[in-house]
Amino acid sequence: MTNEIVKLSAAEMAAKVKSGEVSSRELVDAHLEVIEAAEPSIKAFLKVSADVAREQADAFDAKSADEKAQLPELAGVPIAIKDMIVTKGIETTAASKILEGWVPPYDATVIEKLKAAGMPILGKTNLDEFAQGSSTEHSAYQTTHNPWDTERVPGGSGGGSASAVAAFEAPLALGTDTGGSIRQPGALTGTVGVKPTYGGVSRFGAIAMASSLDQIGPVSRTVLDSALLQEIIGGHDRRDSTSIPEGPRPMVAAAREGAKRDLKGMKVGLVKELSGDGFQPGVQARFNEAVKKLEEMGAEVVEVSCPHFEYSLGAYYIIMPSEVSSNLARYDGMRYGLRVMPPAGVPQTAANMMSYTREAGFGDEVKRRIILGTYALSAGYYDAWYGSAQKVRTLIIQDFHNAFQQADVLVAPTSPSTAFKFGEKMDDPLAMYMNDIATIPANLAGVPAMSIPAGLSDDGLPVGFQFIAPQQRDEVMYKPAAALEAALEEDWGGPIWQSMNTPWLNAAE
Amino acid sequence: MPTFTREEIEHLGDLARIALTDEEITRLQGELNVIADSINKVQEVASDDVPPTANPIPLEAYLRPDVPETPLTQAEALAGGPKTEAGMFVAPRILGSEE
Repeated sequence: MTNEIVKLSAAEMAAKVKSGEVSSRELVDAHLEVIEAAEPSIKAFLKVSADVAREQADAFDAKSADEKAQLPELAGVPIAIKDMIVTKGIETTAASKILEGWVPPYDATVIEKLKAAGMPILGKTNLDEFAQGSSTEHSAYQTTHNPWDTERVPGGSGGGSASAVAAFEAPLALGTDTGGSIRQPGALTGTVGVKPTYGGVSRFGAIAMASSLDQIGPVSRTVLDSALLQEIIGGHDRRDSTSIPEGPRPMVAAAREGAKRDLKGMKVGLVKELSGDGFQPGVQARFNEAVKKLEEMGAEVVEVSCPHFEYSLGAYYIIMPSEVSSNLARYDGMRYGLRVMPPAGVPQTAANMMSYTREAGFGDEVKRRIILGTYALSAGYYDAWYGSAQKVRTLIIQDFHNAFQQADVLVAPTSPSTAFKFGEKMDDPLAMYMNDIATIPANLAGVPAMSIPAGLSDDGLPVGFQFIAPQQRDEVMYKPAAALEAALEEDWGGPIWQSMNTPWLNAAE
Repeated sequence: MPTFTREEIEHLGDLARIALTDEEITRLQGELNVIADSINKVQEVASDDVPPTANPIPLEAYLRPDVPETPLTQAEALAGGPKTEAGMFVAPRILGSEE
């Protein structure tokens, strides 16, 4: 019973809740059972909020039919939350020692919306510390394992959310995406991950990493599930000054339209600069086959050039650390989190307390980025680095603008490689940074992008296919994504996860 | 091209208020020089005629209606503090170099 329920899509679970076949409480209990069985090998969760989830599910189940009818389609379906998003009363750490034990006194806007939608919160998922990394190995607490091969990373920074959804520990999750932290783990775990248009989902209560790049978005196993979730969490929020003063786009309708697999009249742009060298042959092969599928469904495929994308990694590694150095200045041992007093012999001043607190509380990657950002923003270097990077940002926006004159939606592989082994890239920061080469341009330009599974590479591991749409036109990518998903699943004879071994599900039986 | 010296990283550690250890400074020096090499090329295309972008989605700044609302209570705001007393955060002394 448990195994059958947890393998459903969120939309299918919601339908069973609606028909009365299962209760929200039964959904929560089934997932808690899988979490218990899976966590020893997957380690996706930093905190499981079982009591909170059961309480929320019971409250939903107790509502009248009329009250339930007012709620969004996913009402009653549980969800996991990346521990980068604050949850009132549930410990939130950003996977950092500096916030160990911190219990937020307020909810993020997206959490308020999930609660209002009657969606129980299963727990908080693991990530690279302050969302800084591409493998989740930079978590201060634990490494999360990829359910496809537990000797490999799930990607990052949102490896916890991606692994939890891939392993059937949760049907849905929220992530945050600054340079690919939702999409790249989606690619590496065979799940769907969406970075909405910048400003499309409120960032109020998302712990700030790089404010001009950060965006909260859905993690799911199907395209429709992400569309349903993005419509719930999206829309204007007066508490976020960068929030676009409009409602969410019609993404669910676009996903349902896409499932009909008719893409006639749609122009798909292949980004020339995001292929070839540096992309594994198996990744490129699955990508090319998927492009053929789009053509078979009537799409016209054209090649587009984005000549400034080669500068995007450089611009990102100036702008992002600069904003990190500024945002993380708030962890000063005064108002919340860790405080470490200086050792004996060092003056016991506030300034020294801050220095020893931050030395003890931050991990290597976070320190690296703060130091780099402090440099980029310091007098004498500001124009050469930060000023130049902001100009590159303009050039990348222009590249997208030109590309969208020639195509409705752009496509590229999500990640240059499939999931790698633990430790493989930990001693070489630059090699780790290269993981996000194909995802970073969308963050710099604020455009929406998503990754869906494109099949398995020759190593048997999932490959991600990325769609990119124009600003504030998120629905444009949902249609071809749903179409491709339907076409590929017909070939495979079902969802990609049919090829995954799930010993923990047998244990939960 | 910027090259990070040991003294420079120590200074950046001071500015960022992180008491870096000697071993960390040595490691950062190697890593940051490699990273700096790779990101330095942004200057190639950043000519004077290109305007900078700070926010990819430019929105007009606007004021929200000035309506009173209830913020966090004092107890809630203090709840996460490492040291509090009588409704206040307790900070180590700010001035002075003698203990």
